Amino acid sequence: MDFLNAIILLLNYIFVPALAYGSQLALGAIFVTLIYGILRFANFATGDMMSFGTMVAILFTWYFQSLGISLGLLPTALIAIPFAVVFMALYMLLIDKFVFKYYRVQKSPPVQLAMVSIGVMFVTQAVVRIIIGPADRRFFDGQKFIVKAGEFKEMTGLNEGLAIKSTQVITVFVTIVLVSILFWFLNKTKTGKSMKAYSDNEDLALLSGIDPKKIVMITWIIAAILATIGGVLYGLDKSFKPFTYFNNMLPIFAAAIVGGIGNPFGAFLGGYVIAFSEIFLTYAYKKFFMYILPESMEPETLVQLLSTDYKFAVSFTILVIVLLYRPSGIFKGKVL
Amino acid sequence: MRKNLNVIAAYSIMLVLIILVGIFQSWNIALSIFNMCLISAVMTMGANIQWGYAGLINFGIMGYTALGGLAAVLISVDPVQEAWRAGGFDVLMCLWLIIAMIFVIRFILKNFAKSKLRTYGIAGIIIAGIIIIRVTAEPGIEAIEGVNPAKTGFLGGLGLPIVFSWIVGAFFAGGLAFIVGKVALGLRADYLAIATLLISEIVIAIIKHEDWLTRGVKNVIGLKRPAPYEVNLQSTEWFINLVENFNIGKLNLISNLADRQTALNQLVIEGSSVFVKLCYSGLFLIVVIILLILTQKALYSPWGRMMRAIRDNEEAANAMGKNVVKQHLLIFILGSAIVGIAGAMLVTQDGLFTPGSYRPMRYTFLIWVMVIVGGSGNNFGAILGGFAVWFLWIEAAPMALFMINMFTAGMPDTHALKIHLIESVPYFRYLMMGLGLLLIMRYRPKGILPEKIEIK
Repeated sequence: MDFLNAIILLLNYIFVPALAYGSQLALGAIFVTLIYGILRFANFATGDMMSFGTMVAILFTWYFQSLGISLGLLPTALIAIPFAVVFMALYMLLIDKFVFKYYRVQKSPPVQLAMVSIGVMFVTQAVVRIIIGPADRRFFDGQKFIVKAGEFKEMTGLNEGLAIKSTQVITVFVTIVLVSILFWFLNKTKTGKSMKAYSDNEDLALLSGIDPKKIVMITWIIAAILATIGGVLYGLDKSFKPFTYFNNMLPIFAAAIVGGIGNPFGAFLGGYVIAFSEIFLTYAYKKFFMYILPESMEPETLVQLLSTDYKFAVSFTILVIVLLYRPSGIFKGKVL
Repeated sequence: MRKNLNVIAAYSIMLVLIILVGIFQSWNIALSIFNMCLISAVMTMGANIQWGYAGLINFGIMGYTALGGLAAVLISVDPVQEAWRAGGFDVLMCLWLIIAMIFVIRFILKNFAKSKLRTYGIAGIIIAGIIIIRVTAEPGIEAIEGVNPAKTGFLGGLGLPIVFSWIVGAFFAGGLAFIVGKVALGLRADYLAIATLLISEIVIAIIKHEDWLTRGVKNVIGLKRPAPYEVNLQSTEWFINLVENFNIGKLNLISNLADRQTALNQLVIEGSSVFVKLCYSGLFLIVVIILLILTQKALYSPWGRMMRAIRDNEEAANAMGKNVVKQHLLIFILGSAIVGIAGAMLVTQDGLFTPGSYRPMRYTFLIWVMVIVGGSGNNFGAILGGFAVWFLWIEAAPMALFMINMFTAGMPDTHALKIHLIESVPYFRYLMMGLGLLLIMRYRPKGILPEKIEIK
């Protein structure tokens, strides 16, 4: 019984939250990796683009709520996502046309494009804050829990409860569907393959008749989908605050690089690597050991490897270690 | 003279703008903008050395700034005797343990051939070391943080004049840069940017949460000053006389003696804060001028030529027998040290250390905007960038307010859009920064004052 309790404890406090957080990071990381692989620059505006997409989704959600449209048990934001994606794609294409295109045509070094993306970051951040303000916003509606801790305890007779939020399930589900479609698209369709070819060798791809304009446009559209959905899922699960989204850029970068930048599958896994290690290393295991160890050996301290204050630092340390020993990432980068 | 015309013109415009602020807003605001401009200029010079001279991207400016600030605290605050008695021994033990660990690792690295066993051995030593350190430090740290937590709760500093911290801050930042450089400089440009950004976040996380050293988010306030205090000035004879003489024309217009006295008091209060700010300006100006002379000398020296050669073609420079790795490390340390000085200056001016206020937007990306806008590779350009961008950063809100009022003049004051826009005035500065950066990068990619190398 104690053993089961211990497992439920870990599931409740580590596995479920980490899985949801990891999925959110994974979507962002694929976004970073796609931009890096095809447009060839590190996009520092990642976090703010995600917050822009989320903001649009929130505005649509409010609109639908005012019309009285809802999905019942599911959050209204889910209906808003497609509209937000369209809006976001237009925004991305607009930015590309007026900002990034010039440098791409000039064949500027990646560093310059990264600098330009900082300019985009400033502008996007300003637009988001001017439109929706810097405050913390919750836009979740519908049923909050699928499994409640109390009900779970009653059902199983265990001491530990397992709570699963509906947002966590939605996050994981949507991520799996989206990522499967994306990988199918990249690996099986002609456009996806030409994207791979373009990322691999631009000149050869041009020679074989691949239209770079189309590739770039599709990349931005996919990026818009990933950014909006990733952002909305994060916002549903936690809350929407522009500053948090900007900060999320850092673990997202870490995930993309750990997985091997330029490699979407690596980025996908990288998201989970970062999320799990963040939560694993900062969780206090005292209760866990109380269950599995005999009473005489029970620990007195919290048995916490690192205090939760260092949550972010964990992912960065992992990143630094990976960069040092395997700069191409765990799953060899640049193989989009 | 003619060659430098654009430099002189740009700087005069900047000066006139600041003077205009003095006339239309107040001299107090103008001087605080000026002081922050000087500090920003020091930061941009540091970043400019790395980016402009050597082409190294350092997105970790925030971390070095914070370390400089930490130096100001550790140098100027009086030591907390009680805390040292409570936990000083444990902390010192830890320090020795860390040093011992470093020596053991160095010994292993030197005396054993590279193998899997060696790597795992070192990893094992580091993990074991961290655990031992945590176990030894915990009681000490708890004891230190328990000493009068509302007021101290940390070890305090050395109790020296705060100006020393400017040099110490440089050493702190340089030390960090040495470690970061050893670790990360081999990376490609964009990886280096990300790695330094993340490392600076780690530094901030440590400063925020190691309360025994830095007081963390509880902030350290009331740091010593290199300049006199306003309150003391207001009761000093010579200062009152000075203010009186300075404003003699204005005061003579007032005939009533009591009125004259209140007017004088008012002037003295205003004057004292202006005077203090002027003291700071003087100190900061000295630093900026010294750094400017040194960096200009370096730029035109054989060393500067070598750095440009390395920047423009690393392989060719390498082939000519220049040690690229070593020079990169050196310039990384130098640039970061200058940023460290700026960090200490900033804390000196504010008189308080608030780890929570270090955010990448303000301390990393804004500084980069300054470097790019001003003109990378040109010291005068970097300083101008610091001035212009900081000026815009501060004056953006009033400017935005003015524009909003102009464009919404037809709307009633209760109109929802107008109220919303006026509430979000502070965020227009981000918009201006972003647009400014994008426009400069597009139409004047070398900055306002581009790099111009003349061989003398």
